[in-house]
Amino acid sequence: MQADDSMKKNIWNLDEIVEKLPEYIETLKEVSEVLLSNLIMAGEIPAPTFKESKRVEFILDRFTEAELQNSSTDEVGNAVAILPGAEGKENILIVAHTDTLYSEKVDHTLTIQPNFVIGPGVGDNSLGLAVIMTLPFILEHLGITLDSNLILLAASRSLGRGDLEGLRFFLSNTDIPIIAGVSIEGVQLGRLSYSSIGMIRGEISCTVPEEYDWSRFGSVGSIVTINEVINQILEIPIPKRPKTTIVFNSIESGTGKFSKIPKSAFLRFEIRSESDDMVHEIYQRIEDITADISYRSGDEVSLTIYSKRRPGGIEFSHPLTRNVRSIMRSLRIKPRISPSTSELSAFIDQKIPAITLGITKGDRLDDDRESIEIEPIFTGLAQLVALLLAIDGGQCVDNK
Amino acid sequence: MSTINKWLKENTFHHSRFQNINDLIKEKEKQELSISLCIPTLNEEKTIGKEIVIFKSELITKYPLLDEIAVIDSGSTDNTRDVAGSFGADVYLAKEILPEVGAKKGKGENLWKAIYQLKGDIIVYIDADIKNIHPRFVYGLIGPLLYRKTIQYVKAFYERPLTTSHGVRPSGGGRVTEILVRPLFSLFFPELSALIQPLSGEYAVRRSLLEKIPFPIGYGVETSHLIDVYNMLGMEAIAQTDLDQRVHRNQQTRDLGRMAFGILQTVLSRMNSLGIISELPALNHTLRQFQTDDNIFETVEHNILEEERPPMIEIPAYREKMGYK
Ligand SMILES: Nc1nc2c(ncn2[C@@H]2O[C@H](COP(=O)(O)OP(=O)(O)O)[C@@H](O)[C@H]2O)c(=O)[nH]1
Ligand SMILES: [Mg+2]
Repeated sequence: MQADDSMKKNIWNLDEIVEKLPEYIETLKEVSEVLLSNLIMAGEIPAPTFKESKRVEFILDRFTEAELQNSSTDEVGNAVAILPGAEGKENILIVAHTDTLYSEKVDHTLTIQPNFVIGPGVGDNSLGLAVIMTLPFILEHLGITLDSNLILLAASRSLGRGDLEGLRFFLSNTDIPIIAGVSIEGVQLGRLSYSSIGMIRGEISCTVPEEYDWSRFGSVGSIVTINEVINQILEIPIPKRPKTTIVFNSIESGTGKFSKIPKSAFLRFEIRSESDDMVHEIYQRIEDITADISYRSGDEVSLTIYSKRRPGGIEFSHPLTRNVRSIMRSLRIKPRISPSTSELSAFIDQKIPAITLGITKGDRLDDDRESIEIEPIFTGLAQLVALLLAIDGGQCVDNK
Repeated sequence: MSTINKWLKENTFHHSRFQNINDLIKEKEKQELSISLCIPTLNEEKTIGKEIVIFKSELITKYPLLDEIAVIDSGSTDNTRDVAGSFGADVYLAKEILPEVGAKKGKGENLWKAIYQLKGDIIVYIDADIKNIHPRFVYGLIGPLLYRKTIQYVKAFYERPLTTSHGVRPSGGGRVTEILVRPLFSLFFPELSALIQPLSGEYAVRRSLLEKIPFPIGYGVETSHLIDVYNMLGMEAIAQTDLDQRVHRNQQTRDLGRMAFGILQTVLSRMNSLGIISELPALNHTLRQFQTDDNIFETVEHNILEEERPPMIEIPAYREKMGYK
């Protein structure tokens, strides 16, 4: 009995875990090339949303190489594998999205400098993927065997129209009970998201009919119509509480030429609110506005939803968040707490406590000169390892 | 030419045959061989880091196929040496190796000095300017040496990754290969024309052979090696591996002209020393290229002297280091 207990080396309290971290950081540096190699090889395979299969294939090869269990893909193109725990009674899910914002036509070459890696998608989210692929090696190198199983999920179709399809599909089709989810983003170190706000993302398109009377006087064309849409949306009263915003993300119309009357226009917007009812109420108003303008102008004005998020998540005082905050404090990472509109919401829908963490510092995101710093990666990894140990030790369960 | 077809069939490989690195390591250990990787550099800060990170991770840390990774630098003025060192390569300045023989400029010089500096029984040479680097560049070249004793010199070639059509398609090297080297080989060493990319900068060679061949210090080193190995050991000793696609710097036609000039010098002097042609006149070493500025034509002169290093085995310091008497 007693011998058994002493074998369970992972039942540490947080102080014991934290004490180990400086040593972990040094040990992790010894094998930095393994992480960087995975980062480069995966990151150089283009993976725009819905066209991720080549990158996923590479990730699966890595899972197989690490001799993980049940390494497999599914109908929506996820890559998933299990690192079995010593006891295997519980399961922790760690996830990173595979898709990027860059088309396959963009040169995906990554450049590596002594303290930087530069190139499209390097932080969002090639680094996150590299962490998932390298984690089995990292744990082994640190001499850590978790009691829980670690489910590694490279989740497909996350961004934009993908709308978290990969993670949602996995969570609604797996029969493995998951005690906690950790979503990994390459940047920024210190990121801590534990709740999601309500959100709808949509596009309003406006098309001028072909049999348009071009000799008509006054202002004409799709820009005028979309302008009317914007004016009316701006009239919608927005409450202070619950916190709510409408964001116009992009607008597109016209060819840049003087001689042409624009025939179509597109407006992308986002409604965000702490309250789900408020999101839907505003959406309803926008729907009414588009129908009304369509009817009055004779243009075809239509509304499409890209994605929806329900608000929710765990509390600031939940042991999972509390532990992450202490771990960050001990590593001198300044927490940047922000609500998430990504992976978390899929966990929230399934009532699984989850958080999102960043791994390093990055710059020029959303740009093909995106760069990440190498040195902070080791701190970011130590943070993750500490969190896994804390979850594994049963310290992130809310007993309320 | 049935010998060429036979050679193409038996001595041409695809890297995928060697992708099980654990099997390669078993062979390597059984034969008690050590393997060194040599990357010659001149101002390659953009690509060198990636090569080192990937080779170190995949071929040392995870699978111990390589015993050392060395960068031999020609005096880069950018951060090449720092970048390479920071990711864990052994970095040498060519001119500091064997200082008693002096320093000459050119990639061939670095390859030659590597024989002295590195410890491997097999040395793999990889150019530093490859953008799509992958471990196959190394294991694909080592594989044939580990599995067949008669093979001494393995050369890379690059094909497009499997295309959709399965018909016959032309296959070959770059401009200098198709316009100069293959025609030359076809005239004088027809069997060597079976090498799809005789000029590729990636090859793996046994030390026992490397130490016995001379090294032109510049553009002619690859061509000269093939002629010498062929003359010493025949086609049996040579193999080639398809490494799929290689993405690298594109060269201007002008630069290729200089390269061709160096190669021609090397081939002519080889043929002379082999007695294939006699009484070669003294060669002129100046290549003239032209440029125009507002209808005024100007000459640009390049002095390209393909000097040559003797077989390393003739260098006393090397003999001493290796314990040869
Ligand atoms: N041209 C040139 N390349 C050198 C020299 N020293 C080392 N190198 C390296 O040799 C490799 C091949 O050079 P490169 O100019 O690309 O030749 P190519 O690829 O055969 O056309 C690269 O890794 C260079 O960095 C030198 O003195 N001249
Ligand atoms: Mg080159």
